[in-house]
Amino acid sequence: MTTPVHADHDTHSAAAPLSTPLHDAHVALGARMVPFAGYLMPVQYEGILAEHAHCRTAAGLFDVSHMGQATLRGADHATVARALETLVPADIVGLEPGRQRYSQFLNEQGGILDDLMVHRLPGADGVLGLVVNAACKVADYAHMAARLPNGVLLDIHEERALLALQGPQAADVLVSLGADVAGWDFMDVGPASLAGIPVVLSRSGYTGEDGFEISVNADTVAGLWQILLRDPRVRPIGLGARDSLRLEGGLCLYGHDIDETTTPVEAGLLWSIQKRRREDGGFPGADVVRSQIAEGVARKRVGIRPDGRAPARDGAEIVDENGVAIGIVTSGGFGPTVGGPVAMGYVAAVQARPGTRVGLVVRGKALPAEIVSLPFVPARFYRAPK
Amino acid sequence: MTKYYTEEHEWISVAGKVATLGITDYAQAQLGDVVFVEVPTVGRKVKKGEETAVVESVKAASEVYSPITGTVVETNDPLADSPITVNEDPEGAGWFCRIEMSDPAELEVLMDEAAYKTFVEGL
Repeated sequence: MTTPVHADHDTHSAAAPLSTPLHDAHVALGARMVPFAGYLMPVQYEGILAEHAHCRTAAGLFDVSHMGQATLRGADHATVARALETLVPADIVGLEPGRQRYSQFLNEQGGILDDLMVHRLPGADGVLGLVVNAACKVADYAHMAARLPNGVLLDIHEERALLALQGPQAADVLVSLGADVAGWDFMDVGPASLAGIPVVLSRSGYTGEDGFEISVNADTVAGLWQILLRDPRVRPIGLGARDSLRLEGGLCLYGHDIDETTTPVEAGLLWSIQKRRREDGGFPGADVVRSQIAEGVARKRVGIRPDGRAPARDGAEIVDENGVAIGIVTSGGFGPTVGGPVAMGYVAAVQARPGTRVGLVVRGKALPAEIVSLPFVPARFYRAPK
Repeated sequence: MTKYYTEEHEWISVAGKVATLGITDYAQAQLGDVVFVEVPTVGRKVKKGEETAVVESVKAASEVYSPITGTVVETNDPLADSPITVNEDPEGAGWFCRIEMSDPAELEVLMDEAAYKTFVEGL
C-alpha cells in the first residue's frame, strides 16, 4: 500500500517543523501530528468522520496558532485603512469598529498572493488586525513592509496563539465561560474574557458553521484549551476535519482553490470587493479585476458532485461529455455531512452552469459528475436581528 | 491457511493456490476512516507489485499492491457500500480480493506474522 499522505504539501519541509504552544496538549490527546505549512499540527484525534460530525452538531475546538496574526498601526483609522487598501480590494476605510472583513492580497495581474481576515477593534482607532495563512505569512509580512507608507507600522504578533471554536453550540459554550457574545453578529469582533482569560473574539471561522476565532496570549492558551475541553459539548478537531468542513462549506483553501494565477472574480469572491472599490479601483490588479467584472471571465470556480462514490482529488482533470479537457479539480475528497464525494475546481465559464454534466479523470477513467452550486452544506453563520 | 505480510502493509492469506489480499490493522490505523474502496474485476491478471485495489480515506487515496502474480477469482463487493469494514475488520471481513497464484515461489520473500510484527515495531 502506498503511504497515505495525511498532510497538505509541506512547503517548508527543508527546515525542522515549528510547533504551536499546544503541541504537548495535542500529543497528550493522542493526536496524529503531521507537518503542515512549516508546523507540526494535529491532523486528527479520534478520527476525521467523528470530528467532522461533532463540529456540525456541537462545538469543535481547533488549534490554528500556526496562522499569522499581525496588526497595522497608524495615526487614525483612515490613514491605516487607506494604506491597506493599496494592497487589498476590500473596503477597509468603511470597516466599522467591531467588525471584520475577508479580503485578499493581490498582485499586479489581480492574482491572489494570500487571503486574509481584517478586523477593526472597537476603541482602538488607527489599529487593524490581520489574520493570514501560515504558509504565506513570511511573504505577506515582507510584502506589506515593503509597501506601507511612513507612519503605518506592521507589528507581527508571534506572542499570540489562535483557537477556533466552531459549531452550533460554540456561542453557548463561550457564554457559559463569561463572554457576552450571544447577540454578536457574524463577523463581529471585540475583546472578551473567557474564565478570566483575556481574549479577542471574532464571530467567524472556516467550517460554514456558526463559531468564533479566539486570539489569546501564547502563555495562556494551554490553560484556555483545557478549560474549553472540560465542557462536554467541546471536542478537539484536527486539520483533516477542518479541510472536509471547509470543502463542504465551499470555502477556498489558499494554494489549492486560489493562488497567484487566480483572481477574486474567477474564484467567485466578488462579494468580498465592495462597491466603492469596484468603482474606484486603487488596488493591485484593479484593471484586470474591473475588466473581468465588466466583460466576464474565461473560467470560474465551481462545485462538482461525482455521481458515484469515488472521490476526485486536487489535480484531477475535468472533461466535458466528449472527453475534452475543460478544467481541473483544485480541492476534492469525501464530504462526511454530504455522505459522498465532493469537489471544487475551475472550468471554462460556458460550462460552469449548475447541472452541466462533466467527467472527472481519476486513475485514467472519466467518472461522471455534475456541476453544482456552492456550498455543499448550507452555511449557518449567525445573523443578529437588525 | 498461512498468512504472509509485506513491508507495504498488505497481507495475504493462502489456502491451496488461492491467496486472499487485504491491508493490515497498522495500515488501516494509518489511513484513518476509509470512505471508498475499489476492487479489481474478476478475471484480471495481476503481476507481483502491481496496483490491484485502491483504498481512500477522507484525506487521501492509497494504492494496494498485490504481493503475488495471478488471476483475480473473487472480489469483496460489499465493501463498495461499506468501506468502513476495512477499518473495523481489516484482516477479516475487510479483504479486497482472492487471487489464484501462478507462482507460489513468490511467497518465499514475504514476511510471516512474527517478522511483520517486528517490522512494524521498528517503524
